[in-house]
Amino acid sequence: MTVTDDPTSSSTSGSGSEISGAEIRLEEVTKTYPGQEVSAVKSLSLTIPAGEIVMFVGPSGCGKTTSLKMINRLIEPTSGTITIGGDDVRSRSADELRRTIGYVIQGGSLFPHMTVAKNIAIVPKMLGWDADRIRQRTDELLELVSLDPARYRDRYPRELSGGQQQRVGVARGLAADPPVILMDEPFGAVDPITRQRLQDELLSIQRELRKTIVCVTHDIDEAIKLGDRILILQEGAEVAQYDAPEAVLASPANDFVADFVGAGSSLKQLSLTRIAELDLSEVPTARVGEPTAEARARAQAAGHDHLIVLDDHDRPTAWPWLRQLKGETIHRGEEDLVNLDHRATLNDALDTMLTSSHGAAVVTGDRDRYLGVVWFDTVTSFMRQQQEALAEEGSGA
Amino acid sequence: MSAEAAAPDAATSDRAGWRDRITAEALIVLFAIPVIVVVGFASYAVYVQTSSTYADDVVVNNALGYGTIVAQTGEHLLLTFVAALLVVAIAVPLGVVLTRPRTRFLAPPVVGVANAGQAAPSVGLIVLAAIWFGFGFWTAVGALTVYAILPVLANTIVGLQGVDRTLVEAGRGLGMSSWSVLLRIELPLALPVIMTGVRTALVLLVGTATLATFIGAGGLGGTLQTGISLLRYPVIVWGAILVALLALLIEWLGRVLELVARPKGV
Ligand SMILES: Nc1ncnc2c1ncn2[C@@H]1O[C@H](COP(=O)(O)OP(=O)(O)O)[C@@H](O)[C@H]1O
Ligand SMILES: [Mg+2]
Repeated sequence: MTVTDDPTSSSTSGSGSEISGAEIRLEEVTKTYPGQEVSAVKSLSLTIPAGEIVMFVGPSGCGKTTSLKMINRLIEPTSGTITIGGDDVRSRSADELRRTIGYVIQGGSLFPHMTVAKNIAIVPKMLGWDADRIRQRTDELLELVSLDPARYRDRYPRELSGGQQQRVGVARGLAADPPVILMDEPFGAVDPITRQRLQDELLSIQRELRKTIVCVTHDIDEAIKLGDRILILQEGAEVAQYDAPEAVLASPANDFVADFVGAGSSLKQLSLTRIAELDLSEVPTARVGEPTAEARARAQAAGHDHLIVLDDHDRPTAWPWLRQLKGETIHRGEEDLVNLDHRATLNDALDTMLTSSHGAAVVTGDRDRYLGVVWFDTVTSFMRQQQEALAEEGSGA
Repeated sequence: MSAEAAAPDAATSDRAGWRDRITAEALIVLFAIPVIVVVGFASYAVYVQTSSTYADDVVVNNALGYGTIVAQTGEHLLLTFVAALLVVAIAVPLGVVLTRPRTRFLAPPVVGVANAGQAAPSVGLIVLAAIWFGFGFWTAVGALTVYAILPVLANTIVGLQGVDRTLVEAGRGLGMSSWSVLLRIELPLALPVIMTGVRTALVLLVGTATLATFIGAGGLGGTLQTGISLLRYPVIVWGAILVALLALLIEWLGRVLELVARPKGV
């Protein structure tokens, strides 16, 4: 089975839905903190196209956060102009402006004394939405970030795992459907596997919504994976390079970028290649609630000793061996299955496979729908092909 | 608070109830105090019923009679609660002002003054107030208020300072005004600490209100004073016991308030 998306497309936003984002322009923006001689951000000019994800990346203290916060005026620039969709950010009060810009920070920063639903409803409430609309929107957003509304809406943040808190943080940022979303190291506080899931989900959400997302990270791999463009900054928010991830990897603008991107660029290629570019394998599936005997017979007829359990929404929930199947009907399985979004990178795929008893990963598409399975061998043979192609190119030149 | 927000993946499957928020020790205190208070007041009632049949000391009977004790307890509680309300009405807004970026620098001198208020001997403070403002209820309330400001002020400041700055910034980043962040995020999160201050203030007040009788503002101090000046040991002992019971009751009330005021989810 082959994924239908155009595998040569390099843009992570994909196509299909309409752009709902707005263009952001920074012109000669400078920030000098009081009492400091050197500017934290020195004369930064930048255009962030509507509907794209732009990653700000660079060493600690280079001015990423300062640059980001000037967009929603959490920090006021010393000089320079910032416009969103052509409008100067100073044309409205800072509070009004911020209600139209999503803001997501590390760990989610949920308010611990408010339930998940109340956290998400903050901006819609300030905008005067009625209770029905807010409730509807909250549930819709929880679905979007893969949290069951019935189960999670009335929980308090401390009853959620770190990853779930971060998901709610993203939902809160999206609540009033803002055209622009700012994220500051959003996935910095979770473990690597959860981080990868969250990144995949963000890409999947972005495919649907096409917002303008500005995201700060210090992790070059994250920048390569998520960004349509990467802005590499050095001290004083000086632009070292601003380009598509492929271009940054292929031709670093200077030594600083080359150093920052790091050695082993063929390994980095693993972060550039998406699962969607591989051929997925088919595995027998069974539905939750289906008679076990039928499912078992079907799998055996296809010559497999395992099957993948899907729920009503086509989401994979378990991947049992046939001998593990118990009871009259198929059930969801106890442990959460770690799935791989088809926008995930080969790097992520290898990570996920290491934790799977099958030496493979279940690949899902939009809204976690099941697409197929990718085997370890598939990834390694793909890498070998690429290496050979590169080698040929090299000897040909 | 911040540590919890950034806690690693450890899904808590059970819904957290109020039981999680209270230690076994606090629970024992919470149940033991009412028992002690009820037993204490019951023994007082028994004493009054039985003593009048064999002791015909008019002074004792008057000083410990229901009429006197009920009236004095009422005065005592009124002094305590009015002063406590004033303390909260002054100390909490003051604490808020002293934690705002622009006025933060005023905190050390103001806390210093509040410290002095509490360090001054309470009798001195009350007598001094009476010399300046005359005898009576409001003078006593004023002196008590000054005396009990510090714990609430200090805890308001500490509580507000303890609110995770990233939460404040998240609120501002979402477009909440600074006022709205204060009311909906900072104060609710600081409330448990503030309420601990209120409980301390209440206990201070209920004890110190015993002195109000010196400036004619009533309270259970009156019974003690009678006992001491007329040398009636039962009156002294029962007066002291009743004041202690009332203090326990107020302490208990403070603990209940603390528990009730704690926002869910924290
Ligand atoms: N509120 C502040 N006051 C003074 N200096 C600051 C403030 N915030 C950041 N800085 C300084 O500005 C520079 C850039 O900081 P920041 O934008 O947070 O960097 P990054 O997010 O890239 O790590 C650093 O040198 C930092 O010390
Ligand atoms: Mg930063």
